[in-house]
Amino acid sequence: MTRAPRTKVREQDPKVRACNFDEVSLGFNLEEAQQEAARCLHCKNPRCVAACPVNISISEFIEKIKEGDILGAATIIAADSSLPAVCGRVCPQETQCEGSCILGFKGESVAIGNLERFAADWCRENGVAPKAELEKVGNGQKVAVVGSGPAGLACASDLAKWGFDVTIFEALHKVGGVLVYGIPEFRLPKDTVLAHEIEEVRRLGVKIETDVIIGRTLTIDDLFDKEGFKAVFVGSGAGLPKFMGIPGENCNGVFSANEFLTRNNLMKAYRDDYLTPIHAGRKVCVVGGGNVAMDAARTALRLGAEVHIVYRRTENELPARREEVHHAKAEGIIFDMLTNPVEVIGDENGWVKALRCVRMELGEPDESGRRSPVVIPGSEFEIETETVIMALGTSPNPLIANTTEGLQTTRRGGIVADETGATTREGVFAGGDAVTGAATVILAMGAGRKAAAAIREYLTK
Amino acid sequence: MYTILKKEMLTPTICRMVVRAPRLAAAALPGQFLIVRTDETGERIPLTISDYDRDNGTVTIVTQIIGASSARIVAMEVGDAFADVVGPLGKASEFVGLPDEELAKKSYVFIAGGVGTAPVYPQAKWLHEHGAHVEVIIGARNESLLIYTREMASVCSELHICTDDGSKGFKGVGTAMLEKLVSEGRHFDQAVAIGPMIMMKFSTLACRKLGIPVTVSLNTLMVDGTGMCGACRVSVGGKTMFACVDGPEFDGYLVDFDEAMRRQGQYKTEETKAKEEML
Repeated sequence: MTRAPRTKVREQDPKVRACNFDEVSLGFNLEEAQQEAARCLHCKNPRCVAACPVNISISEFIEKIKEGDILGAATIIAADSSLPAVCGRVCPQETQCEGSCILGFKGESVAIGNLERFAADWCRENGVAPKAELEKVGNGQKVAVVGSGPAGLACASDLAKWGFDVTIFEALHKVGGVLVYGIPEFRLPKDTVLAHEIEEVRRLGVKIETDVIIGRTLTIDDLFDKEGFKAVFVGSGAGLPKFMGIPGENCNGVFSANEFLTRNNLMKAYRDDYLTPIHAGRKVCVVGGGNVAMDAARTALRLGAEVHIVYRRTENELPARREEVHHAKAEGIIFDMLTNPVEVIGDENGWVKALRCVRMELGEPDESGRRSPVVIPGSEFEIETETVIMALGTSPNPLIANTTEGLQTTRRGGIVADETGATTREGVFAGGDAVTGAATVILAMGAGRKAAAAIREYLTK
Repeated sequence: MYTILKKEMLTPTICRMVVRAPRLAAAALPGQFLIVRTDETGERIPLTISDYDRDNGTVTIVTQIIGASSARIVAMEVGDAFADVVGPLGKASEFVGLPDEELAKKSYVFIAGGVGTAPVYPQAKWLHEHGAHVEVIIGARNESLLIYTREMASVCSELHICTDDGSKGFKGVGTAMLEKLVSEGRHFDQAVAIGPMIMMKFSTLACRKLGIPVTVSLNTLMVDGTGMCGACRVSVGGKTMFACVDGPEFDGYLVDFDEAMRRQGQYKTEETKAKEEML
């Protein structure tokens, strides 16, 4: 029997979407979802589940979609994930569930991400929600969660379901962490998709306080001593942008991807009715090859610029999700591979006018297993540009570690935590990028859930 | 609710507000700043904390109308509430960590320019209360632009007023006043200059000439104020620092003021446009 090909997901036309911030992928409708669900082999030993950082019962939820019981599918997902509409959109499925799908070895894997997204979107659009499985083990002990990103939301959801009195403290004015300041609207609509998932977390009884910076407004000690919390989960993310340390980097027109994306996403600079300014100019070079680089590039494109991605390895090594690279290309972003900046050249007023680069070639594999780029001697050249966006990764914010006695950090600034999330300070747990450095939404969620279990254990022992 | 409890125009363009923010008031220290957002479509605007009242749970902010966002702040009235007031941000002034016996032996001089006079107030007050000798030089173009003269007089040993046109006090700029005081034999262990970037640059030059260490408070561009965006990066001693988390106060001798001024104007085109649209 020949398998049906993978069901294509409908997308906005590249030429149209390059000029708007609406979501690129339109998702499956019911018919498409059922057609795709029918492709699943329902393996006895599903490799996809093992490859999922939160071990969603993938085969079971796909079965429900096939049967047309979408709420049933969403209920199965909800047992393991509190942000299905987000993860269906932003998870690197090709290296996780879909990357392990048996169908993918000979042909195309099941579109698990799009099916997860469909189940979540369908529930939202039809005004139904899976019933939370409540299991009262806590007796209302107060738990503080620092940060409202994926780790914090996942941790808070589980604890609330178990009967703890959970408050999330968020430093910014909007809830969602990187989901709101980092990931653009065209990949994750904020007012519909994200707002709804956060509302679901609130519905479980989680309180969320914005504008509270732990380490400044309140310290971890204040949370215990003044505010009566019995345990704290730190999911403060990896917010500090890295720069290259090359000459000219402080020229006007050089931005971190964090600044550029925060202005556009959190502060909605792309909308005329918001006051926040943003500067893209006619031509933009984005340095880096991860998801954040793709997001910054596609944002700059939508603001009207010609955009180049400058990356020191080849396209095969780009760490971004495959779909993002594919989308970026279709939209007209130019990929300057094997290219590494060595200097930002400013004009007489200190504004960027060009990026001096060298050409690279791939040498021996390094510790990451990727072939490391080597400079080709004498290959210096200049790319004229108005704006340079550095998307080189981020490191954990030291604010909490610096203001909390007894909380150890690693050399790279991450909070030291064991596999359950327990830190070196009693009652304080941590997870997500604050521990690992920049990683993915789903890994942060997984860490948040593990820590929730450890907090439950800690408070009920 | 970050409700405005008091509002007062100090000059036609400078406004003082007392705002309810109990947690912030409880944690604030001299030298720190906060961020306000007027409403959903407003920017996040960093402002230095001009005073805090822990008992009443309030903070005082002073805003000068410069562009569209600051105009929106000043347009708010008593009873209105900010969408957000968050902080305290940045590090407290270095002297906050010093023991009283050490402070009692020290002599500080503040050079305050324009709206930068407001954040000098909590610093002078702290030092005065902790026994240090404090002199404050307030400079403005003319008498009508002077702020905080009465408040400042009560928190320092000596207050020196200067105006460019001589309409009040000493005729000349703040640094000229400082030079005069030193030439008359006064000794200062530490200077603190807060005001427009250009004024801090020249204060630093004057202090260097007089051999007085000087601290400056950098009012750079910022978005989040917690180290996330890097808009506030400044070169200090040849190293890139983030004013929001490494500052806002730095050793003036080490700051690259020319770069800082250039970076401050980065969104000038966009800001001018916003201001024109508003008018």
